Amino acid sequence: MSDTLGFYGIQFLNGMAYSLLLFLLAMGLSLIFGMMDVMNLAHGSLYMIGAYVGLFFLGWTGQFWIAVVLVPIAVGIIGIIMEASLLRPLYRRGHLDQVLLTFGLSFVFMDMVKWIWGADIRSLPAPPGLAKSAIIFGRSFPEYRLFVIVIGLILALALWAFLERTRLGAVIRAGVADKEMVSGLGINITLVFTLVFGLGAALAGLSGIIAGPVLGLYPGMDFETLIITLIVVVVGGLGTLKGSFWGAILIGQAQTFGKVLVPDFALLIVFVIMAIVLLARPSGLFGKEAA
Amino acid sequence: MLELRDVHTFLGESYILQGVSLRVSDGELVSLLGRNGVGKTTTIRSIIGFSPPRKGSILFKNTDVARLSPSRIARMGIGLVPQGRRVFPDLSVKENLIIGARGKGWNLERVFKQFPRLKEREKQKAGTLSGGEQQMLAIARALMTNPQLLLMDEPSEGLAPLIVKEIGQVLSELKQEGFAILLVEQNLSLAVGLADRAYVMNKGSIVFEGTPDILLHDEETKKQYLGV
Repeated sequence: MSDTLGFYGIQFLNGMAYSLLLFLLAMGLSLIFGMMDVMNLAHGSLYMIGAYVGLFFLGWTGQFWIAVVLVPIAVGIIGIIMEASLLRPLYRRGHLDQVLLTFGLSFVFMDMVKWIWGADIRSLPAPPGLAKSAIIFGRSFPEYRLFVIVIGLILALALWAFLERTRLGAVIRAGVADKEMVSGLGINITLVFTLVFGLGAALAGLSGIIAGPVLGLYPGMDFETLIITLIVVVVGGLGTLKGSFWGAILIGQAQTFGKVLVPDFALLIVFVIMAIVLLARPSGLFGKEAA
Repeated sequence: MLELRDVHTFLGESYILQGVSLRVSDGELVSLLGRNGVGKTTTIRSIIGFSPPRKGSILFKNTDVARLSPSRIARMGIGLVPQGRRVFPDLSVKENLIIGARGKGWNLERVFKQFPRLKEREKQKAGTLSGGEQQMLAIARALMTNPQLLLMDEPSEGLAPLIVKEIGQVLSELKQEGFAILLVEQNLSLAVGLADRAYVMNKGSIVFEGTPDILLHDEETKKQYLGV
């Protein structure tokens, strides 16, 4: 009996670690889409770049923690350059142009990663202090995954505080609702867009390096992640932190338990959940009804 | 303060403003009247930069702002109270007020003194306010940017007569404060009661310009362009 509890407890923790990584990804994607109306199909690439650039920084400095700090800065800068140079001219065009651009970019990024790091699976070692396992529910559980859960919860709280308790956060939420009106109040919405895109990219990069020691690095991790993240955003609803958070928990847990209980149907379960949510609430669990 | 010279604006392929010229002097309240769909809101949108004109110039404090971005135009000293109020529904009343706050004069304290109802609902989400309260919030939000010119697009729209009277009271106080105001209205008595001058629009052009007195006695214009 206690063994059953242990099994489910451990899987729940695995699911939490995965869910919180998904949350960091979904939050960026959802803010970018909610506010700028841009579906960034290169969001998974930013996650992949985060992991590989993390590998580079780790090799260079030998310090996992320095890499964890440098990666979001580097990927954030990549995002800012991408927004300011490539996406900005496309805001007045339709979604299709943006989708083509970002989808095209994702192939460019994939080839760059293959060219620099090769197509083989690479691994990012967990930092030495967290390489052991702890005993939880009478089973061993990698300490690093506990760290992922803790850091994920801290970041979720920090993001919440930023969005709900600061003036810039209020500007961003206002922009999700009505960006034209925000600009009519004298706020430089173009600059806010760039910042939001940079923040989303930094979060994607950060989740890439944090996920590295758990999920590994390989070309293709970008598309896998993009699809799951898109599902999280659709299920949770656009442009809200609450939606991204609970959407990520639901999908992350469903996929984790699906993989161990019914491995053949794990992805199917996720799609079934999405279909049910879309039928019951077309704008997602916490999304606003389209005006 | 503000002068439009032969402004032509398209929305997509539709030719909406077909050469609009008007002017608002310092401290003046000017009403812009006309039936639905004649281009009043497009005029406001052209001034603030949401729908930039294809031709013509918009002079604000002697600078042509016709090709500037909305945020730069607003920062020069134009406060927008848009059609439909457009408060941010998920933000608290206070957040609605502070996001655009800048300059000296109007701050939270002063706005709350002017609109005590907003103070009472400071922490409430703007989406839960009544229509009249949302209108007051939209006006207060514009005041927080400390503008010299207010653009007000149908502040009485969809409000009960008692609330419309309250809005009229606020407008006359703002006028006394020395704001220049361009007021778009369907409510004739509100529009001409406060105005120094009035314009009437039809099919994208100005068809009448004069004092409220002249307009009220111009039965032909009233009947043909205002439906009264």
